[in-house]
Amino acid sequence: MRATPSPGAGPRREGASASRARLLDRYRSWRDHHSLSAADSLRRVLEHPGSSLLTWLVIGIALALPAALNVALENAREISGNWDSPAQISLFLNQSATREMAQSLQSELVGRGDVASARLVDKTAALAEFAELSGFADVVASLDENPLPNLVLVTPATGVEPSDLQSELVVLDAVEQAVLDMAWVQRLNNLMDLSRRLVLGLAGILVLGVVLILGNTIRLAIENRREEIVIVKLVGGSNAFVRRPFLYTGLWYGVGGGLFAALLVLAALFFLDEPVRNLARLYQSSFELSGIGLIGSLQLVLLGGLLGLLGAWLAVSRHLGAIEPR
Amino acid sequence: MISFDRVSKRYEEGHDALREISVEITRDELVFLTGHSGAGKSTLLRLIMLMDRPTRGKVTVDGQDLAKIASRAIPRHRRNIGVVFQNHQLLHDRSVFDNVALPLIIAGYDHREVARRARAALDKVGLLERERALPITLSGGEQQRVGIARAVVGRPRILLADEPTGNLDPALSAEIMQLFEAFNQVGVTVLIASHDLALISRLQHRIITLRDGRLLGAAA
Repeated sequence: MRATPSPGAGPRREGASASRARLLDRYRSWRDHHSLSAADSLRRVLEHPGSSLLTWLVIGIALALPAALNVALENAREISGNWDSPAQISLFLNQSATREMAQSLQSELVGRGDVASARLVDKTAALAEFAELSGFADVVASLDENPLPNLVLVTPATGVEPSDLQSELVVLDAVEQAVLDMAWVQRLNNLMDLSRRLVLGLAGILVLGVVLILGNTIRLAIENRREEIVIVKLVGGSNAFVRRPFLYTGLWYGVGGGLFAALLVLAALFFLDEPVRNLARLYQSSFELSGIGLIGSLQLVLLGGLLGLLGAWLAVSRHLGAIEPR
Repeated sequence: MISFDRVSKRYEEGHDALREISVEITRDELVFLTGHSGAGKSTLLRLIMLMDRPTRGKVTVDGQDLAKIASRAIPRHRRNIGVVFQNHQLLHDRSVFDNVALPLIIAGYDHREVARRARAALDKVGLLERERALPITLSGGEQQRVGIARAVVGRPRILLADEPTGNLDPALSAEIMQLFEAFNQVGVTVLIASHDLALISRLQHRIITLRDGRLLGAAA
């Protein structure tokens, strides 16, 4: 046997330091290939600005829709939280409580810090109103005694938990019963819950759509580079090596889509800002639309990037294995 | 270096590409593999490259039983073998240099080492001054030399070639064969599939002839 010039052929006399250097080389080369793949993938994405822009827009719109709806919900919650009368407590007084006692209770309540307003509904007036509205005037007239109690309608001050105030008021001497009218608050809350779930469901479907779109885009990229993949595999490229540029392609599409989504949401907010301001002014409110902010925008970009990677991973694991040298 | 022990390969459609092939190629040898198209030359090379697995029998390369190499380890196995194709299989959107450097990048060499070795390989095939050119601007013979540079750049111990002179005129073919002989001189085991009998019979090397998947005779 002749002496061979190839380093791998002879017996290895390299020590530990040499193999460590080799390991370092491998790490450097691995890192180099990552940055090379990232740059090359970005170049390929930018090489076809038309189709890339289209992909970015599709992903951007799909991500912007749930993001914008979420912003709308957040704003709606802020508005409803600012409403002056979120709930009303009806205080039904004892039958024995006289009109004077009711009036003094009402003025006492108005003086409390946790009460925004208190209105007295006199039982005589209430009976007259009932007789008039119900058409039972004859029946009412035949009654010996007014069956209705005096009523004080209490609106809690902002920031006061209505149920806390209710339990404080029910123990007052003249009060027979304190009924918290929460029905419409609950209705609103339920509506908000429902909307939140709808947005969540929509977001789930659209995110799935984004992953599928990206998966398909990457599948096409794989098809376009089929020959190259075969050659790389022939000269000993591992699956990870072949996979890497496509994962970066997915990442770039996703990140671009996330950026577009953030821009779309910002544009929508800018578009709506003035009419909302005008409307708020008409209601003597200083309400202002809150946007998604820098963190929200970054989250959108991050989400886009993650979805891009996921879609690329799905496409790559489905299609790369099928491409073998023939 | 390469040994086939009663190897048969039957493709799924029922075609017997190789039947009971037993052949031994020793270290530092240069061997020609010949036969009509469809005789099984390419299949034999594919089995060495692990692009296919034999239906029966045992293939050993550099002391390693190929049946024991799992799918995951195939890339590593291929890095130890240089391959030259009839249709060159070059990346047409990359420069000559990038094409030659590809196996080194895959193997994980430092980029300075990559540049040094790729240039050395290009120099050996006489194309150093064309390193920045795109393959498409080269002639057929030059493209094949790029393919050879890529095959030897990783300093493999085995070099396979499938009809490397298939599209070349006799003068260029002889040049390419000289290149293979030069690599064989420095200790690379070379196996060349070719049906160009006129050319290979002039060169003094062992010729293995296949017919319908069977071994005809191995003359020295």
